Amino acid sequence: MIRYIRWCAYFCALLLVALLVNIARVQVWESAAYGANPANKRPAIARYAEPRGDILVDGRPVTGSRDSGQLLRYERTYANGPLYAPVTGFSSQTYGTSFVERAEDAVLSGTDPGLSAFPLWYELSRGRPAGGNAATTVRAAVQRAAYAGLAGKRGAVAALEPATGKILALVSSPSYDPSTLSGTGTKVKDAWTALNADPARPMLNRALRETYPPGSTFKIVTAAAALDAGVVTDVDAPTLTPDPYPLPGTSTLLPNAGTGCEDASMAEAVQWSCNTVMAKIGVQVGLRRMVEAARRFGFNGAGLRVPSWVSRSNFDTDMSPDQLALSAIGQFNTKATPLQMAMVAAAVANGGEVQYPYLVERTTRNDGSQVRGGDRRSLGRAMNPATALRMQELMVKVVENGTGRNAAIPGAVVGGKTGTAQHGVGNAGTPYAWFISWAKAEGAPLPAVAVAVVVEDASAHRGDISGNGAAAPIARAVMEAALAG
Amino acid sequence: MSALTAKVAEPAPPPPPGTGAPKRRGVELALLAGAVLISVLGHLYVGLATTGRIPGPAARYTAGLCAAALLAHLAVRFRAPYADPLLLPIAVLLNGLGLVLIQRLDVTTPGHLTAGDQLLWSALGVGLFVLVVALLRDHRVLQRYAYLSVTVALVLMLIPVFFPAVNGAHIWIRFAGLSFQPGEFAKILLAVFFAAYLAANRTALALTGRPLFRKLRLLPGRVLGPILAIWLLSVGVLVLERDLGTSLLFFGLFVIMLFTATGRIGWIAIGLLLAALGAYAVGTFEPHVHSRVDDWLNPFASIERGEGPGQLAQSLFAFGAGGLLGAGLGHGQSFLIGFAAKSDFILATAGEELGLVGLAAILLLYGLLVARGFRAGLALRDPFGRLLATGLASIVALQVFVIAGGVTGLIPLTGMAMPFLAQGGSSVVTNWIIVALLVRLSDSARRPRPGKDPAE
Repeated sequence: MIRYIRWCAYFCALLLVALLVNIARVQVWESAAYGANPANKRPAIARYAEPRGDILVDGRPVTGSRDSGQLLRYERTYANGPLYAPVTGFSSQTYGTSFVERAEDAVLSGTDPGLSAFPLWYELSRGRPAGGNAATTVRAAVQRAAYAGLAGKRGAVAALEPATGKILALVSSPSYDPSTLSGTGTKVKDAWTALNADPARPMLNRALRETYPPGSTFKIVTAAAALDAGVVTDVDAPTLTPDPYPLPGTSTLLPNAGTGCEDASMAEAVQWSCNTVMAKIGVQVGLRRMVEAARRFGFNGAGLRVPSWVSRSNFDTDMSPDQLALSAIGQFNTKATPLQMAMVAAAVANGGEVQYPYLVERTTRNDGSQVRGGDRRSLGRAMNPATALRMQELMVKVVENGTGRNAAIPGAVVGGKTGTAQHGVGNAGTPYAWFISWAKAEGAPLPAVAVAVVVEDASAHRGDISGNGAAAPIARAVMEAALAG
Repeated sequence: MSALTAKVAEPAPPPPPGTGAPKRRGVELALLAGAVLISVLGHLYVGLATTGRIPGPAARYTAGLCAAALLAHLAVRFRAPYADPLLLPIAVLLNGLGLVLIQRLDVTTPGHLTAGDQLLWSALGVGLFVLVVALLRDHRVLQRYAYLSVTVALVLMLIPVFFPAVNGAHIWIRFAGLSFQPGEFAKILLAVFFAAYLAANRTALALTGRPLFRKLRLLPGRVLGPILAIWLLSVGVLVLERDLGTSLLFFGLFVIMLFTATGRIGWIAIGLLLAALGAYAVGTFEPHVHSRVDDWLNPFASIERGEGPGQLAQSLFAFGAGGLLGAGLGHGQSFLIGFAAKSDFILATAGEELGLVGLAAILLLYGLLVARGFRAGLALRDPFGRLLATGLASIVALQVFVIAGGVTGLIPLTGMAMPFLAQGGSSVVTNWIIVALLVRLSDSARRPRPGKDPAE
């Protein structure tokens, strides 16, 4: 019997070994896979166990955290949700994150390795650092001016500091309160469903993610291309353009909105927004050089990140001359985000150099020490410095005595360009009102701000939608706010 | 039949010289102090980790634990002075760790506090331990009550059938707000019966019967009858009570003890074949068991179906989250397992918060307990004692394997209590009685022969 008891003992030892091998498999071998399983709530619990870091505007947080007492504990709050929604985005237990909340999530949620003062400290202690903060480049006064200017009308505003690329304002209207998406439960789901079903699309960040036909504001790109290419050497020389202008190779006649464009110079064409002249100049510059110029301003460039991704602005690369003529005045397939058009204005104001736009000034640890600085860098040169000077003069004339007089600010040099873009099938849609501009305090060495405003309010009367009427006053308010800073 | 009731008169083999082992009660006391210390530190740690404060009743808790350990030690010292010094400290440590884990899980279920009850049951268990050690002077007395044991065991197992099912299994009796699992007590009684029956009939079982095929012999009906009855009992438990774990335990216990008594592999083969047939039939046709098998084969199926993780998946997540060193007591999320986190799935909390290291330590403690049980069986001289020690050790081993293997995905999950760790009164009390019997058996095993001088 002794032998059989021993065998039983060996059998039990075998069972023990099987258990030990299996727990080693589960706890070490499979551990990472189990942790990454989407049904495992532990990462989410850990993520929301501590208050999330804040997003700062002018050094003050525009976000907060609320202890919900739920499993996913700390929920996001927003001090002025609709105003900053295009900047912050949302941070939701149910729907994840967007915009800066997404782009700087690692810092805000405390997973960024840079938050640790010593390498591997938190890996060894199995703790998690407090979430860091993300300081934005946005200036509250500029943002508020833009938001108030749009006053709930559909549209967007993007404002940049031309010399640095700092985004001073990023407004999309109508907006929404991202705090309605914080947390879990039916209330959050209902809010999400309602926001997505809203025909006004409040969650669409029009400043970064919507592309509009830029219309006449694109004439700045065409004019710069003509000067750089030497197609136009004297901006005041008559261009011998008929009014209306027959599109090359077709019998279609391109009209002007106003009169006095026949045979106008390029300066007058910019000042009074002559379609005929600029279309003809665009054709003269030619497809290759127009595409090249548009690319230098940032068109057709995929992968612009501020740090959230920005929709691609388009200038077609394969067109017949008549299509090129329309594209040169910002119609046909030409499409641009408001941020892209702000970059166009900024390039002119900054002497031809396009600065890479960015939204996050720096990220900091909880104690205020820096994790990373903003990525200030150049996107390249859009035009020669001489061309930029010439373009500044042309844009100033638009505001001083042209189509953009509503943007004039006493005591400041303001250059601008209006636009009224046709769209829809047979141009049946309500036109979009554009205004792009830049402003420099008198005597200041550097321009303070470049801004692009687009108003697409379908509810307005068709005649009221014009760059000067609807968009220029908003741009002026934004520039005034920026100059006051 | 007569062999069972006959006076135990084993022709004792001539004892080897120097069988009188040292008593080692001092070692036991030192180990007990360590076990109590670990439990108290765990108690304090959980309080600090979850609430930031030393738990209010810490002093009383410590005093109670010390008193219980001391009482048990004194019982052993005076009534079973030659007992194995490891058995009692291991039991105290496992019970203490169980209390710590339950106290920790109570934090996540403020509406359902169970640590207090568990403490009372543990005290009752220690009380019964003391009673058994004090009153049962010779384990061979139990041999006389073999048929009484099996009758009581059957009654205990049948009672829950008449009570409403809880969570799909008829294993509880609810009475006056308390619930018992009679099957827990039944397993000791069955071990006693098997040991007595097999000790009396092992010669017949091993040698008689017409040859059927080479070494396989057909057994005479007289001895075959009770064996078939036990097999039917296991299946009956399974079908009537839907308790796969207990059924597996009874059957495994029976096969192991039968093998120990007879040494005939053929029986093991037949037993395993019958078990496989039964398990296959039940696994196929019984929906409750069938779903357990499905869960085991693919624990994440419910996630893929979009229904969220099932209990086994949550348990695996908990073990996985523990990793090598664990999250630390009070820092895990094993409460996500939900129902039965404190009982059947208590090991998941140990795994998540103490890590592979802590879990392996706990399993090795069980291994040590079982090994000391077998050691007692090896050292004993009477077949009944040997079989009983083997059976009791096997109960612990099988139970640990069935539930630990179940919650870690090694075998299909069956509801069963982790000995000493899991919340549940009947289980704790039963395990204390098992340890008491092992203490008694090891005392007999190591005791110097009467009439022999230990110093010889």
